[in-house]
This record gives sequence, C-alpha cells and structure tokens, in this order.
Amino acid sequence: MPAIEILGFEKTYMVGFWRKRPKCALSPLHLTVRDGEIFGFLGPNGAGKTTTLKLLMGLVFPTAGSARLLGQEWTDPRVKAQIGFLPEQPYFYDHLTAHELLNYYAQLSGVPGKERSRRVEAMLQRVGLPEVKGVQLRKFSKGMLQRVGIAQAILHDPKLVFFDEPMSGLDPMGRREVRDLMEQLKHEGKTVFFSTHILSDAEALCDRVAIIHKGELRGVGAVEDLTSSVQGKVEVIWQGTQVPTSMKALGAECHVTGDTVRAIISESQQDAAIDALRRERLRLISIVPVRTSLEAYFVEKLQRAETTAGRMA
Amino acid sequence: MNARIGHIASNTFREAVRDRVLYNLIAFAVLLSGAAILVGQISIDIEKLVVINLGLTAVSLFGIVIAIFIGIGLVSKEIEKRTLYTVLSRPVRRWEFIVGKFFGLAGTLVVNTFFMAIGVFAALFYVAHKFVRADALILIALYFIVLEFLIICSLALLFSSFSSPLLSAVFAFSLFVIGSFAEDLRGFAGMAHGLTRWLATGAAYLVPNFSAFNVISSIAHEQPVAAQLIWHNTLYALFYAAMALSGAVLIFEHRNLK
Repeated sequence: MPAIEILGFEKTYMVGFWRKRPKCALSPLHLTVRDGEIFGFLGPNGAGKTTTLKLLMGLVFPTAGSARLLGQEWTDPRVKAQIGFLPEQPYFYDHLTAHELLNYYAQLSGVPGKERSRRVEAMLQRVGLPEVKGVQLRKFSKGMLQRVGIAQAILHDPKLVFFDEPMSGLDPMGRREVRDLMEQLKHEGKTVFFSTHILSDAEALCDRVAIIHKGELRGVGAVEDLTSSVQGKVEVIWQGTQVPTSMKALGAECHVTGDTVRAIISESQQDAAIDALRRERLRLISIVPVRTSLEAYFVEKLQRAETTAGRMA
Repeated sequence: MNARIGHIASNTFREAVRDRVLYNLIAFAVLLSGAAILVGQISIDIEKLVVINLGLTAVSLFGIVIAIFIGIGLVSKEIEKRTLYTVLSRPVRRWEFIVGKFFGLAGTLVVNTFFMAIGVFAALFYVAHKFVRADALILIALYFIVLEFLIICSLALLFSSFSSPLLSAVFAFSLFVIGSFAEDLRGFAGMAHGLTRWLATGAAYLVPNFSAFNVISSIAHEQPVAAQLIWHNTLYALFYAAMALSGAVLIFEHRNLK
C-alpha cells in the first residue's frame, strides 16, 4: 500500500479585487510515494510545493482531485492521528514554553495522559532543547523554533511525516542533525515526504524525488536513476603531473591538480586509457562513471520547461 | 465536552491570561475604589445606587471591550501567524477549533467577571457597611452581563472567521451599539409603514436584543426581576450564540488557509 497517493490534485485561486481572474497554483498532480521511503519534493520558490502540502493537510481545498494517505481518504480525521507536519517557517503560540507547547500538541493528537509527559521529555531531548524547555517560545531563535517544529511533527509517533523546507533557518550543524533525524525516521519504518530547494540535501537523503515547476510535475524517479542518465563517460584519475600523449590522443579533457591528473573520456575508450597509463607506468587511482548531479538534472528540467513555455507563447 | 475542545479552550484562556488581559482588573479596581470613596463623601443616601450602577456598568463595558478585542483576533490571528497549521493538521475538526476558542474566551470573561463582582460587592460593603437581601439581585444582573458576553464572543468569532480584525471590530461594536437600542428599533418598526416597517422589523429581530439584558438600573433601585425574564434571556442568549457560532463554523469549514 502506498503511503501517499495524489490523484489529480488541482488548485486554482481567484485573484484580483474587482475583476477576479483564475490563477493556477497547481495543475493536475498525480504522484505516488511508497511506504517507508524518503521522498523529496523539489522545485524553485513558488513552484507549488507548499500548496501541495497544504492540500494534503486539508488547510486548503482542491479545485479538483483527491488523495489517499496511508490508504485512507486524506480528509479523514483518523488519518491525521498518523501523520506529522512541519510547516515552512513555523510559528507557534509564543506565550507557551517548549514543554507546554509539545504537551498541548500531544493532547490534540490524542497521546494518552500517562505517556504524554515521557514523550514530551524524550522529544525535547531528541531535538536538543532540554535546557530551554521552560522558556517561552517568544524568546526562541529561528533555529530553535525549527527544532520545536520538528519535535511537534514527530511527537505522536506518526507513520507518515511531512516536512516543508525543514532545513530552512538552520546552521550547518542543525542541517546535519535534521538529515540524521530523517534517516532515523526512515530506519524506524516511517515515510518522510519533504519539500526543499536545497538539492544537495535531497541528493544525500532521498530514495526518490519529484520535481515541480510552475505548478506542474516535471519529473519523478529514484535519485540514482535521475543522476545516472549520463552521457556514457568515465572519469579517470591517476598519479602524475603530466598528461601522456597517448591519453591526449583519446580526446580526453584533462585537468592537473597537484600530483594528480583527472581526465574525462568516452566509456568506450576506457580499456585503451588503462592500457595507455600502464604503458607509461603511471599509477591509476580510480576510474568511475560520470554521473549527472541532481542539480544538473533539476536545472535541465527547468530550462526545458521554460523553453517549452517560451515556444508556446 | 469533547477533550480536544477542552484543550483548545484551555489554551485560549492561558493565552489571554499570559497576554495580561486580566490586568484590566487593576483599572477596574482603581475606578471602583475611587468612585466608592468619592460617593461616600458627596452623596446623600444614594451611595449604594451610584456604586451599583457604576460598578455593574463598568463590569459590562470592560467585558465587552475584552470580548470584542480578543474575539476578533481569535481566528484571523491564528491564520495570519500560521499557528493554525499545526493544529488543523492533527485530528482536530474545524468546528472543534471554533467551539474551543469560544469556550476559551467565554471562560476568560467569566473569570474576569467573577473578580469584578467581588470588587463590586466590596465597594458596596464599603459604602453601606452591610449587605441586605436585595443585594443578591446584583447576581442576576451579573448573570445577564455574562449572557451578553456569550453573544458578543460568538459574534466576534463569526466576524473573525471571514474578515480582518479591524473590520470585525467595527462590525461587532456596531452590533453591540445597535443591539443596545433594539427595543427602540422594535418600537420604530411598530410605528413605520410599508417597506420601512418590514425592513425595520427584520433588522430589529436580527440584531441581538441587548436592551433586554440591561437590568442594572432596576436592580440598583432594588426592584425584583421576573423569573420569566431570566428564562427568556437565558434561552435567547444561548440560541443567539449558537446561531452565530454555527455561522462561524459554516464559514470556517469552507475557508482556504492561504
């Protein structure tokens, strides 16, 4: 059973004051997220990521389409007990302390009274805020609020977690901790769906990603599949300071850095390159296929979308 | 009561307390003690009348100002600050949120009124040096004031569910003023003819009839209140607040939280 099935979600807002006109925020979106995977929802600002998440959370209503979360209708309140949500740039009741806030959310999520206090304490520990649990949230920094946001999203032990830009406002250490936490959630068998425009995070974490731009889905697949669609080239690195003529003859693009040389050659010339280095008695360090980065794939998808839009205009 | 409604109400009450809403009690205490001392020096046998009139009117006005100014932000502030996102993404239904907010604000006003009532009785004791049986009638006036608050809270919530805080304040305050003259409006409707009569009658029955809740003056003169009026006002306030709350729920159930 998929964790998330989005069945043609579509959202159009009416904009303008006197003469209202429709503005499409999300074209019909069909997407399936498997149980237990970390799924990245990528796109530039204004692409429709947050709209999709708000639709899934029931905060806005779709113009058309529906969705199923953990096999149930997405509007069913019972399913909400099994999901966690961190909104983008979260803001919480600042008259409460971190402990009171988490306790309040635990109450709303139906965590039993006896277990509530233990869960809240454990969660504050997990996100690194045990020392400030008695401080009102109005005194918290942006990064600390983000941690509270993460804690409230996973407090009730949900099976499915949605994070909207979870790394936003965090320093490098904080980002690392969030990445580790997402991996822990995956190991605990939970499904993580997160939106981001930080591609390195997505590449490091995600099993699969989807790319959305201007409300339209531009691509979806496993990170390995998207990044291995390469031009049939390999990267050869050897020890040395000079490029042998035989390597130049293979048409290699070579770069010398210190005492290593890096060359990109066609995959079909891989054996010839190894022979050439052996003949020159040079020490081969590595030979690996060149992979497209997720960023390159992302940029290419967006550029293609822009070109298509330009042609249609 | 559903547990989630209770938790939302309790959080709303705590927010009001921590935002120092109950500090108005200090202003109330200063006003009432000042008035009690003043009338004790200048009035001739009407000290009680003045203290009861002034005290109960202050209880009513302070509460109405709190009801309007907190009530108008109860929903719109949560949408604007996006605190609502982490509440509605849980197993909380939208109607539970509205009803919880209502009870939270109503609870705040009841507690506020309780402390103010203590102030009124203290001022009364200061000027009269004793309590008489007729002073118990003040409790009926206080009960009617609380009923008024329920209507104001529900109206403020209704306006807050679809408009900005400023417009909500204008709407709620206007309705309070018009509602205070509802009996006059009904009298005017009785005298008018044709379309004007229809419109005036419609408006007279649509706006909350706050004039029926104002028994302060008669109680200050130690005139008893008919049991029928107590029942009538109770049912009217509950019905009116329920209707306004239902309207708020209906609007909020269909609202996109951008």
